[in-house]
Amino acid sequence: MSVNKENPVPGIDVNLIRRDFPVLRVQVHGKPLVYLDNGATTQKPLVVIEKLNELYTSKNSSIHRGVHYLSEQMTNEYESAREIVKNFINAKSTNEIVFTSGATGSINALAFSFGEKYVRESDEIIISEMEHHSNIVPWQMLCERKKAKLRVIPFDETGELIQNEYKLLFNKKTRLVAITHVSNSLGTINPIKDMIRFAHEHQVPVMIDGAQAVQHGRVDVQDLDCDFYVFSGHKIFGPTGVGVLYGKETLLDSIPPYQGGGDMVDCVRFEKTSYNILPFRFEAGTTNFTAAIGLGVAIEYLNFIGLEAVAAYEKNLLTYAEKRLKEIDGLEIYGNAKEKISIISFLIQGIHPFDTGMILDKMGVAVRTGTHCTQPVMDHFQISGTIRASMAFYNSYEDIDRLSEGLKKAKKMLS
Amino acid sequence: MTLTEVQDQIVEEFSAFEDWMDRYNYLIELGGMLPPIDPKYKTDEFLINGCQSKVWLHAEYESGKMKFSADSDALIVKGIVALLIRALNNQHASEIMNANLYFIDKIGLKENLSPTRSNGLVSMVKKMKMYSLAYNTKHIGL
Repeated sequence: MSVNKENPVPGIDVNLIRRDFPVLRVQVHGKPLVYLDNGATTQKPLVVIEKLNELYTSKNSSIHRGVHYLSEQMTNEYESAREIVKNFINAKSTNEIVFTSGATGSINALAFSFGEKYVRESDEIIISEMEHHSNIVPWQMLCERKKAKLRVIPFDETGELIQNEYKLLFNKKTRLVAITHVSNSLGTINPIKDMIRFAHEHQVPVMIDGAQAVQHGRVDVQDLDCDFYVFSGHKIFGPTGVGVLYGKETLLDSIPPYQGGGDMVDCVRFEKTSYNILPFRFEAGTTNFTAAIGLGVAIEYLNFIGLEAVAAYEKNLLTYAEKRLKEIDGLEIYGNAKEKISIISFLIQGIHPFDTGMILDKMGVAVRTGTHCTQPVMDHFQISGTIRASMAFYNSYEDIDRLSEGLKKAKKMLS
Repeated sequence: MTLTEVQDQIVEEFSAFEDWMDRYNYLIELGGMLPPIDPKYKTDEFLINGCQSKVWLHAEYESGKMKFSADSDALIVKGIVALLIRALNNQHASEIMNANLYFIDKIGLKENLSPTRSNGLVSMVKKMKMYSLAYNTKHIGL
């Protein structure tokens, strides 16, 4: 691969890579698309699209059930995808990899199952102020059911969790810490390895929401020593409708299943039903097996590009984007942590983000405006929402230039 | 002017613009000319909460006709609000209840009134029709 002069990181030739992603060639309102909403969902490489096409045209069959060729072939592909995920996050065993409907599905399942086994009245769950609603609401629901209490780690003006406050939240009643690896609205990368170590010193397990992390850099669950880790397929260039729940085997084995029926059963009698072994016990019904296989292909594609190369490219892109955005008078960036992924949330003084988003849209630039499913973050800064540009390794420096031009034009129109 | 005549007039005005930027500039201008809502109505009670932009709406009823005043914190939305008020102000409540607001589609702003677009406008139109229904019902003594 050739080396981009502006960004001498071998491995990422963005023009070559963009050819792998057909959606990037689309025209929007007569202009070439600039897709900067990767935090919401990512585009899919041709290999993933072609895999799904291949599955549905020549391989489709249900998994784990049949004795015939197609069924066995599909089962093998599905279980290979599980192996790919296990290696991707360096889990010890495929028994620890559960395919779910997504990060939200994973967290809801965990909140229910973990809650059933380990959470009693007046127990406490620790989350943070920067969580996505999907890592707030399931725990609120659990606390309501069990009459338990939610404790919240605050963050400071730069968008970093206040570690001293975190440590003060622990007591004999603390049962779980559930925090995000990376903030989807602020871009902050949390020091989760240290936070996990501290929680373990207090015999408290930790669940990490990695929905905005796995696509931006290497995640090693054994090195992190997290007890649970979740992410969504559609945010890592895979199909929609699939996600992963990783859990340390002994811990996962100790909690009851979330949903019943389908693959999760072993033997069904009206007197008593027994459940299947891990990981199938947590995969009720018929899972989105085609999407899981597609996710495996997406991960293999990402491995081929190289996560280290992706992380390095995105770091340079973020630096360039921050530089261009800071040229605009009155622009304020929300989320200035020392360690960030390629997300910038910002506002231009005196201008409504929604108006800006609408104008950018007509110029072909796709950003997200609003609360980004993190209303507590907006409340912290006492704002109604931000404009968020979230970049992936297929975004070019030209994309950033068009964002910058678009913002300058919008500012002129709206002042 | 009848509801149809006002709508046709708006459609005619917008047909002069080919470029989206020109349309948005015009909407921003129209929003700027919208008579301000009485500050006492700019409270949570009169807020129609869309997820991303706020719209405040106040309605009055006079001799069978509706009078609306409104505001929004987003400029382009305020322009569309101004158009809705221009169309529906001083129209009969009975007509507003079932009004077909075709002008929105014809000037290319249909997506702003789709249920998926969380800007408060869908809710605003619903509220304007509900106010009209309520006043109309009250007036005819049901």
